[in-house]
Amino acid sequence: MKELKILLIVIFFALLTYWGVEPFAHSKMHKHVEDNKFSYVDLPPLTKKGDATRGKALVMGAGACVGCHSIKAAGIPAPMDPNTAAASYGVNPPDLSNVGALMDERFLAELIKNPTKALILEHKFDGKTRVFPMPSFMGAGGDKEQEVADMVAYLKKISNKEVSPKEAYVTSCGRCHANRYGKYEQIGFVPKTKSNIKTNQDIDLLKFKEKVADYQGNLAEYMGKLPPDLSIMIRARSEDFMKTFIEDPQSQLKGTAMPRVGLTNEGYEKVMKYLEETGDPSKPARDALGIKVIGFFVIFTILALLWKKSVWRDLH
Amino acid sequence: MAHFTKATSIHDWLNQRLAVDKVEKVLATEYWIPKNINFLWAMGMILAVTFGLLLISGIFLLMYYKPDTKLAFDSVNYTIMSQVGYGWLWRHVHAVAASVVFLIIYIHMFTAIYYGSYKKGREMIWISGMLLFVTFSAEAFSGYMLPWGQMSYWAGMVITNIFSMGSLNLNGLVEWIRGGYVPGDAYLTRFFMLHVVLLPLVIMALIVFHFAALRIPHVNNQDGEEIDFEEESAKYLAGSTRQSKVIRFQFDFLSKDILVLGFFFIFFFYLVFYHFEFAMDPVNFDPANGLKTPTHIYPEWYFLWSYEILRPFPKNPGLIAFGFAQVIFFLLPFLDRSPNAVPAGRRGIFKVWFWLLLINMVALTILGKLPPVGIYTTYGTIAAYFFIGLWIALPIVTKLEKPIGGK
Repeated sequence: MKELKILLIVIFFALLTYWGVEPFAHSKMHKHVEDNKFSYVDLPPLTKKGDATRGKALVMGAGACVGCHSIKAAGIPAPMDPNTAAASYGVNPPDLSNVGALMDERFLAELIKNPTKALILEHKFDGKTRVFPMPSFMGAGGDKEQEVADMVAYLKKISNKEVSPKEAYVTSCGRCHANRYGKYEQIGFVPKTKSNIKTNQDIDLLKFKEKVADYQGNLAEYMGKLPPDLSIMIRARSEDFMKTFIEDPQSQLKGTAMPRVGLTNEGYEKVMKYLEETGDPSKPARDALGIKVIGFFVIFTILALLWKKSVWRDLH
Repeated sequence: MAHFTKATSIHDWLNQRLAVDKVEKVLATEYWIPKNINFLWAMGMILAVTFGLLLISGIFLLMYYKPDTKLAFDSVNYTIMSQVGYGWLWRHVHAVAASVVFLIIYIHMFTAIYYGSYKKGREMIWISGMLLFVTFSAEAFSGYMLPWGQMSYWAGMVITNIFSMGSLNLNGLVEWIRGGYVPGDAYLTRFFMLHVVLLPLVIMALIVFHFAALRIPHVNNQDGEEIDFEEESAKYLAGSTRQSKVIRFQFDFLSKDILVLGFFFIFFFYLVFYHFEFAMDPVNFDPANGLKTPTHIYPEWYFLWSYEILRPFPKNPGLIAFGFAQVIFFLLPFLDRSPNAVPAGRRGIFKVWFWLLLINMVALTILGKLPPVGIYTTYGTIAAYFFIGLWIALPIVTKLEKPIGGK
C-alpha cells in the first residue's frame, strides 16, 4: 500500500509536469484559431443551377480559361511550359482537371468572378500598383451568375473521379511547394535519368535541375521568398495549424503571400494523406508493431512478477 | 607464481585464472542490499538499462547519420526514417529514451533527497551522481544538435552564447567553442564527436565510479536505519533469510528490479510507438535556417527549470543565478547541517523544504516553456528567487532540526 502511494505521487508530479510543458504551454504559445470546417461562409453561395454543357463552351471559349490553364482531363494541353509560365505570371497556372473535385464550389465561383477575394490576396494585389495575373471574369453577355455556375458545373463534371493524394498535392500545393522526400519539384516529379557511364555525368538530370532553379527564381520573386519544401511539414506543424492555415493562411500568418486554396474537407484530407506518406511513412509499421512489443512486455512483466514472488517467498 | 592444476571443467579453468566464483560473490550473490526498500530503489537499474537502450539505438543510428550541415537533416529525417529498415524504430527509441532517462534521473535524485541518501558516508555517491547528471546534460545537448533542425541551430546559438559570460563579452571564447561566428559545419562535427565518443566514454567511466562509491557505505533503506551488514549477511547465510535485514543482489534484489523494469518497458514502448511527440519537438522538423529565428526558442523539458532561472533576470545576475543553479545541487550534502539521515517525512521542517523544492522545480519547468510575457514573467521571477531562497535557507533549516535520538 505504501508503494502504491509513492507510485501515485510520482505519477502525479510526472503528469503535472507533462501537462504544463506540453498541452498547456503549447496552448499559450500558439494562437488559437477556430476552423470553419472548410465551409467558406464568407463567400456567397451559388444561386443558379449550373449546366455543364454550357459551362464547357464558356471554359473553352468566352471564359478564356484555356488561354492559360491546361485541362488534361479534356485533352487541353498547357499553352506554355511551367518555366515560360512562371516567367510570365510568377507561378505556373494550375491544370483544371481536378479542381472541381478538390475545391469548394463557392470558392471556385468566387475565384472566377473575383480571384483576389477568393484567394484572400487583396493585401498583396490592390489592382493598381500590383495586378493579379488572373483577370476577373466580367460575364459573356448573359446572366453572369448563371455563366459562373455553368463553368463550375463543368469543372465538377470533368473531375468526376477519384483523385489520388498525390494528384491532390500536385494540384493544390505543388506549383509552389517542392516535396523532396516525394521526389517532387515545383515543375514536376524528378524524372528517372541515367548518367553517362564514361563521364559519370547525368546531363538530363542537370538540365532538369536547371529548369527547377529557373522556375524557383521566378517563384521566389513572385512570392517574396521561396515557399518551403513540404516533405515533413506534417511533423513540423500541428494538425490544428495545418487545418486552419490551409483553410485561411491569413488567420495564422497575417500578411503571408500564400493564397487560400479553397480545398473541401475531403480535398484537405487527401493532401494531408500525401504529406503523411512523405513526412511520416512509418506510421502504419509503427501502429502494427507497437501492439506486439507492448504485448511482449506485458507477458514479460507477468513472468517477472511470478519469478519475484518465488524468489521472495523465503525472504518475507 | 600461482599454482595451476589441470582443470576439471571450463568453469574450473576460468576460476583458476580469473577467480570467477569470487567475482560473482563480490559483485552479485554476496553483494548485500537492505531488504527494507521500495520500487524507487529500482531506478538505478532502470537508468542503466535506459543508457543501454541509448547506446544500442545510437550505434544503429550512427551507421546512417551524416555529420554535415548539408546532409544531416535529411540523413535523419529521410534516410533513417524511411529508407533504413526499422530506422524509424531506432530513432524513436533513441529520442524517447533521451527524454525518459531524465525523468528517471529526476526521480532517482528526489528519492535520494527524500531518504537522505547523500548523508553519513554517502556523499560521494551523491557527488558522482551529480557528475553523471551534468555529463548526461551535455550528452543530451550535443545530441540535440545533430538533426540540424531549427531548434538544434537556435538552441545551439543561445546556449553557446552563455559562454560570452555577460558583460565580460568573451566573444572570442564563444567563437572558439563554435568553430565559427555562428554554428556551422565545424560546430556540428565537433558536437557529433562529443556526442558519440568523448561524452559516452566519460559517462561509462562515471557509472563505474558511481557504483564504486556505493560499495563501502552500501545502499540506503527506506527508514534510514543503520544496518550492520556483516552481522545481517551472516544471518542470511546461516539460513535465517526471513530474519535478516539484508538480501542478495542476485537474485533477490534483481528479481524485484526486473519486475519494476517490466512495468517501465510497457510505459516506455507505449511512448515510443504511440506518444513520442513530446520528445521530438515540431520546431526541429524545419531545417536549420540562420536567417529565420523561430518565434519560441526553448530547451527540452529537462533543462527548463535552469533555463527559467536564467531567463527572468537581467544579463549578468541571470548568468550568476544560472551558475548557482548548476552547482548548488553538488553542495547538498554539505549544506544539509542536520545529523539525521532519515527520510524527510520524519525530519520536521526539512519535510516542508523537500516538498517546496519539488513543487518549485515543477513550477520552474512549466514556466520555462511558457512565453516570457505578462504574468508568466512575474511568476517566473518569483519562482527563480524562491529557488535561490530555498537553498540559502537549507543550512539554517537543517541546523535548527532536532537530532533524532536512538538510531
